[in-house]
Amino acid sequence: MTRAAPIPAAARAILDGDRRALARVISQIEDRDPTAAPITRALYPRTHAVPVVGVTGPLGVGKSSLINLLVGRLRALDRTVGIVAVDPSSPYSGGSVLGDRIRLDRPAGDGGVYFRSMASRGEAGGIAAATREVTRVLDAAGFDVVIVETVGSGQVDVAVRDVATTSVVVLVPHLGDEVQTLKAGLFEIADVFCVNKADLPGADLARRDLAELVRLGAGRAGWTPRVVSTSTTQPAGIDELWENIEAHEKFLDDSGQRPLEERRRLSSEIVELVRERVGRRLSDRLERDPSLRGLLDEVVARRIDPRTAAERLDRPGPPR
Amino acid sequence: MVRPPIRVLIAKPGLDGHDRGAKVVARALRDAGFEVIYAGLRQTPEEIVRAALEEDVDIIGLSILSGAHMALFPKVLALLKKEKAGDIPVFAGGIIPDEDARRLKKAGIRAIFGPGTSLEEIVTTAQRLARSAA
Repeated sequence: MTRAAPIPAAARAILDGDRRALARVISQIEDRDPTAAPITRALYPRTHAVPVVGVTGPLGVGKSSLINLLVGRLRALDRTVGIVAVDPSSPYSGGSVLGDRIRLDRPAGDGGVYFRSMASRGEAGGIAAATREVTRVLDAAGFDVVIVETVGSGQVDVAVRDVATTSVVVLVPHLGDEVQTLKAGLFEIADVFCVNKADLPGADLARRDLAELVRLGAGRAGWTPRVVSTSTTQPAGIDELWENIEAHEKFLDDSGQRPLEERRRLSSEIVELVRERVGRRLSDRLERDPSLRGLLDEVVARRIDPRTAAERLDRPGPPR
Repeated sequence: MVRPPIRVLIAKPGLDGHDRGAKVVARALRDAGFEVIYAGLRQTPEEIVRAALEEDVDIIGLSILSGAHMALFPKVLALLKKEKAGDIPVFAGGIIPDEDARRLKKAGIRAIFGPGTSLEEIVTTAQRLARSAA
């Protein structure tokens, strides 16, 4: 009989529903505290690949309010929800004001919801470096659905695709004419488009433009993105939004896309982690190792170019 | 390794709608490198404590102008204690008479800032309280 590796007490506590243990390990992951590693390692086999809904879109389109209503809908369906809401860190002070929680309107006693604000801490692309790992911890902690809210996104903030199983791109009327919708980036990652503030004039046009875009596009791997209109001031369209998210989740299962998509996400995560480790090790060495400092001197003196120096550094064999 | 940012919850218990002070303080803390979880207006003590625990904050700042501080602040402290989170320092700002301030400090509010307190004093006090509790 093989004995399973012992589960760290913190991991046990998280599996048993201890919210403070959960909150602590999330901080440790964010802080890149090495004590998190044995905990996340123990939790990983206990994740269930639950739906991770990424909610992205420009600043001020109503992502947080929409998520609040979506959470209400999920709770009405008796599903538990973990939410990670990312806001930017200041490039100057490193500080941050995380204000997404303001929109959350749940009874304080509702144990079926866990909301966590997260600063991007210098990461580009709309999410934080810790976001992926944190969604898995929420999965292991037993939440039925995980929602990730990105920072207010620009055209190229598509990193949510590496975290979410379903990406919802939230837009509002009058963001631009239909040429905008042809551009690469944000518009390409949507599994579901959500035209929020649908009570405003111009909403019909925005919806039509998006529907047109969707019709023209071939759709990715057999899925045609859905277009949903919502309003959060006079709540409308929320049930339909969730139905379309679920439709995409069902498509992932029925089409066999889910495991393929998961492989893609995990592969990009592993590459990212290796890049980070190797990068840190090399920049340490470039500063400390005298022979490598010499290489850097050569580049500074214009005797060899950066690409050649990189090739020399990347010679096979572990750089020890 | 650089120290991770201090996480602070800024919340306004009670029913008054004046959160300008809380916003100014939130911004000053952000500029000093804090991660500020801004919970906003009209928070019940239960909501504040829940947010503090979920967000795993190092410190809590409460702002109040309504005069209900003698009811609400001790409630927050009691709930924190009940959740075994009495170690999270709590500071407060707003219109709080001296006599009340003395009693609240005795009850466990670690620092109280009245009108006219410099932002620098609030920031350095918050840093000191958060680091000493860690």
